[in-house]
Amino acid sequence: MRPYTPKDNVQKKSYYTDRYWVAPQVAKFDVSTDEVFAADLKVIKGKFKVLDAYIQVEQMVVYIRPEDNFGVLKLMRDSLEYTQLSEMSAIDWLADKGQFEIFYQLLSMNKRKRIRIKCFIEENQAIESVEKIFRSADWAEREMYDMFGVKVNNHPFMKRILMPYDWEGYPLRKTYPMQGDEFASWYEVDKIFGKEARDVIGPEIRDAAAVDRYDTKRFARLGHEVAYGEDISEGEPDTVQTYQEEGGVFLVGKLTKEESVVITDRDR
Amino acid sequence: MQHKNRLRPFFENITFEREDNELILNFGPQHPSSHGQLRLMLHLQQEQIVKAHPDVGYLHRGMEKMAENMIYNEFLPTTDRMDYIASSSNNYGFALAVEKLIGLEVPRRAKVIRMMLLEVNRLMSHLFWLATTALDVGAMTVFLYGFREREYLMDLLEDYCGARLTHSAIRIGGVPLDLPDNFIADLKKFLDKLPANIKDYEDLLDTNRIWQMRMEDVGVISKEMALSWGCTGPMLRASGVKWDIRKEEPYELYDEVEFDIPWSDKGDNYARYKLYMAEMRESAKILYQVLDMYKDTSPELMAHAPKYISAPKIDIMTQNYSLMQHFVLVTQGMRPPVGEVYVPTAPSFWHTGVLTDLLPGHYIPDVVSIIGTTNIVFGEVDR
Repeated sequence: MRPYTPKDNVQKKSYYTDRYWVAPQVAKFDVSTDEVFAADLKVIKGKFKVLDAYIQVEQMVVYIRPEDNFGVLKLMRDSLEYTQLSEMSAIDWLADKGQFEIFYQLLSMNKRKRIRIKCFIEENQAIESVEKIFRSADWAEREMYDMFGVKVNNHPFMKRILMPYDWEGYPLRKTYPMQGDEFASWYEVDKIFGKEARDVIGPEIRDAAAVDRYDTKRFARLGHEVAYGEDISEGEPDTVQTYQEEGGVFLVGKLTKEESVVITDRDR
Repeated sequence: MQHKNRLRPFFENITFEREDNELILNFGPQHPSSHGQLRLMLHLQQEQIVKAHPDVGYLHRGMEKMAENMIYNEFLPTTDRMDYIASSSNNYGFALAVEKLIGLEVPRRAKVIRMMLLEVNRLMSHLFWLATTALDVGAMTVFLYGFREREYLMDLLEDYCGARLTHSAIRIGGVPLDLPDNFIADLKKFLDKLPANIKDYEDLLDTNRIWQMRMEDVGVISKEMALSWGCTGPMLRASGVKWDIRKEEPYELYDEVEFDIPWSDKGDNYARYKLYMAEMRESAKILYQVLDMYKDTSPELMAHAPKYISAPKIDIMTQNYSLMQHFVLVTQGMRPPVGEVYVPTAPSFWHTGVLTDLLPGHYIPDVVSIIGTTNIVFGEVDR
């Protein structure tokens, strides 16, 4: 029987088939173990609802409600000195939870601390843009939309950034196949020649080492030079290969085996 | 067969015939001074830019998707292809992230060699930056000089790991090789000559009238803009923020070496150029100290963590269990503990975004010098 592959997460592979494997976790610490983080968390808790908070790999992670994202980030910048948004994007948990996780990675240069603000949103839920607070979110949010299809409200230019504007599908979702879907494989053909040309042009050869033995248009063969486009299914002609022109070149005569003396005695 | 209207240029929402005297200039993506595949849509009033719209994605290969579908050691050589000018720093960022997840302590000699690789890469990258930017502005001599020096460094790294551009010389858990015999002597020889070389470049450029006109008071990034756009490195330090991650959040042995952080509050192209030159001098300073550290280290190169890192070759060849684990680690890959880690990443994506706010108000020739001093590498912007 063929093994079942989940359709909602096409890239989930079971490298290990050990049923009793319990994945170890990276240690999480309580926020009270770090004074700076504890003080920051207290300020956030004073104004917004905090769902969860812990310290992992020396950085604090705070879970908030998705509707609070703008307010929390404004508070972080204005009151808590987190002046840089180093990174923001989404994580696809659609297969497990039916949700996207949005994270904002913040840096405070005065405190030398990094904080990650996180929230969960539903698949079709939009999130408020934080581009007014951190300009770097402008491009980061566009990339998030491009890669995951998470819509952002009140963004000045909500368009794809890495993929072409007329692309279909969101490449970083777990449901998007690694090799690309049907739209991706026919993108150029459809756009330049039209769908009806698919049969004429044929699919793209993605195996870089593929050689079609009888294709005289795209492949050359040494020793059997044939004209472009010639039919060689009946066999190909042998091309005589010589290392020198007939009659020799300037100062050097043509050497032929018959007219030459072949020395067999090495000591001569 | 070809459809008549299908090959129309595809400019969304942009009309090229306008009546308000505004010209839209399509800069790139094949422009030689766009340092890769940057396309800029520039809205011009006469020669002045009123709106800039950078368009990226021409080198998008889907690194994240590839990483999701690979085992950890498989992905390491792919990280070379992001910032291909200084590839060891990408290798290092990735290796460091995985090491933090596992909680690995890397042997001291590996740390020393990593620092050497990182700093040599920084020198290579800065020399490349200087050469290409000078070429964009028209200084052919500096281009040739810069590439000459960079060639020495590439030969040096070729001696070490066999590759000149994509090194993959930093592995998760350490480094794969010890230094070759002549490496330290060769590097010292290069470093002894470097100050004279840098002085040559500065003599050619510092008071050069063309260079000054193209660089001074052009592309001024204010402190607020630099912070808001998440700039790092010389882009940030030239704008008056004294923040160097090697000093503030030291990794490897940066807390044991002495070096200064050059910074400036001008924020213009010229300040960034001066910072690059100063940083090369600081790199040389660090390298001298690291070279001295090397001889006091014990010869271990890879961390000892049998669950995650393959044992040394002698163990694999002689001990059955090491061999079995090696097989598992190569075919199925390591499985670090489940968790999240953030390691500061490649900044070019945001340094390209800055152009949106930076270019308006400037003139067309400034575009070239501004793109030059942002030092963007497109493998890293598009990933």
